[in-house]
Amino acid sequence: MKNAENTKGRIMLFASRFVVYTILIFLSVLCLFSFYMMIINASRSNAELQGGFTPWFSTHLWDNLQNAWNDASINIPRGMLNSFLIAAACAVLTTYFSALTAYGVHVYDFKLKKFAFYFIMAVMMIPPQVSAVGFIQLCYQFKLTNNYIPLIVPSIAAPVVFFYMKQYLESVLPMEIVEAARIDGSNEFSTFNRIVLPIMKPAIAVQMIFAFVSSWNNYFIPALLLDKADLKTVPIMIAQLRSADYSKFDMGKVYMFIFLAILPVLVVYIILSKSIIRGATAGAVKG
Amino acid sequence: MRKHKGVSYAKWGYIFILPFFVVYILFTLVPQLTTFYNAFFENYRSGLKQIGPNFVGLDNFVKLFTPDKSGNIGMLKYFGNTVILWVLGAVPQIVIALLLAVFFTSYRLNIKGQRFFKTVIYMPNLIMASAFSMLFFTLFSPVGPVNQVLLSSGLTEKAIDFLGIRISVRLLISLMNFLMWFGNTTILLMAGIQGIDQCMFEAAEIDGASSLQTFFRVTLPLLAPILVYTVITAMIGGLQMFDVPQVLTNGKGTPDRTSFTMVMYLNNYLGTSKNYGMAGAISVVLFIVSASLSLVVYRMLSKPYKN
Repeated sequence: MKNAENTKGRIMLFASRFVVYTILIFLSVLCLFSFYMMIINASRSNAELQGGFTPWFSTHLWDNLQNAWNDASINIPRGMLNSFLIAAACAVLTTYFSALTAYGVHVYDFKLKKFAFYFIMAVMMIPPQVSAVGFIQLCYQFKLTNNYIPLIVPSIAAPVVFFYMKQYLESVLPMEIVEAARIDGSNEFSTFNRIVLPIMKPAIAVQMIFAFVSSWNNYFIPALLLDKADLKTVPIMIAQLRSADYSKFDMGKVYMFIFLAILPVLVVYIILSKSIIRGATAGAVKG
Repeated sequence: MRKHKGVSYAKWGYIFILPFFVVYILFTLVPQLTTFYNAFFENYRSGLKQIGPNFVGLDNFVKLFTPDKSGNIGMLKYFGNTVILWVLGAVPQIVIALLLAVFFTSYRLNIKGQRFFKTVIYMPNLIMASAFSMLFFTLFSPVGPVNQVLLSSGLTEKAIDFLGIRISVRLLISLMNFLMWFGNTTILLMAGIQGIDQCMFEAAEIDGASSLQTFFRVTLPLLAPILVYTVITAMIGGLQMFDVPQVLTNGKGTPDRTSFTMVMYLNNYLGTSKNYGMAGAISVVLFIVSASLSLVVYRMLSKPYKN
């Protein structure tokens, strides 16, 4: 009797595992499929692409790369450089100042401490597009269009990153360290820079990646502020590709443009996926 | 002489949080207020002529909710589109993520290769939305590989214009949103399940609860706060839907503006016409909707959990 139940349980377990793996494999294929198509199509010439579909690599990857890289109307290397500069600056500023703000609220006692914390928590949910009108107007007023200042400086105030840093400080920073530094005569600012920042390295690294990626992918505001060809970022160029008459395009080149647009993030992700995935949870869920 | 006790460090607190608040006030709070202010003015460009700014009271809002020649109320139509596109993507996103989170954390199932699966399903979340959308456009265009396969296999005789059919455009947008977000949600919910005290599951097992019973009676109620968080952030994210439909439909929301979202509407007024008045009015509506949505959902879903 017991044996029979055991066998039944085993069959059930086997069956449910089979179903679960099937679902997982299906979803993985669904996630990878379009990127696979992108890569194989980026390796095919325009004639091959017009000729019909084959699900395997061809030999024109290098030609397409050269054509895309040297395209006259869409200067993708310039776009990638622009995007990189903006994203790197955002990543540095957003992590440093979020850590600084979180440290300020975490360590010191001051009258407006509670207010500061709850204010940041309250504005965390407000979508950035809601203030876009005033923001764009401000940029036109102060001649900041076709300028990277409005794309970089606002990243100093990032409520979500602040919240992550605050949580991290709560879990890793003992007040004794701060007090010991004070007794040793370290001033508050250098205590933060020399002692607290190194402790926060893991949090800073993860948030740097996220900040870089979201700035690299950002389309809405840059598209409204940048219209000089030399200053355009990658997402604007991709959208430009869409608005061009695609039927006249070398499609192999188009796939290559898309590939280049996502390549840097893809490479970073493949190298650092473990810590990125861990970072994705740590910020959002209170322990 | 330095005093170590009784020194007030309060001023450092202010100094450290100062840059954040200065930047926030300058680049977000002030623009937010001027956005609202703009909503009450007529202020746009018509050709080379600048009209306004003239104070017009609530005229912009009235205009927003007045039917056009064909009887459509733009605001309601685009809000409806946004909701439909969100629901089509977010419902499977949350359901599948919940399922996967349970699978991954199940001790009994003991899924192998978790790291690989998690890496794969999280990846689309980091991909540039506009590039992802452009990729789908090329794949599903009338001369794209999807149509080539359909044609050569004889499933259709004429290329299907996926971007000209309401349901297929909506499904494509929702599919992309689903793919971009279900991995992220899975990982959030997994952390939530792992945060639940293991004793709860052991107790349920000893009491002879089936997997389904454990899920509905133990996992789901204890996961409620994180589920609330997920739903709220997904909603607010959905309200901001822009990059994917904008690039897929080239900013037109084809066919017949049935995939035109709220932020595309806002973006449209910020373009060449620089209609800050109407854009301001849309922003006010967006603000009210996002603020009240998060409040309502939070109250509604957190009630049963509190008792």
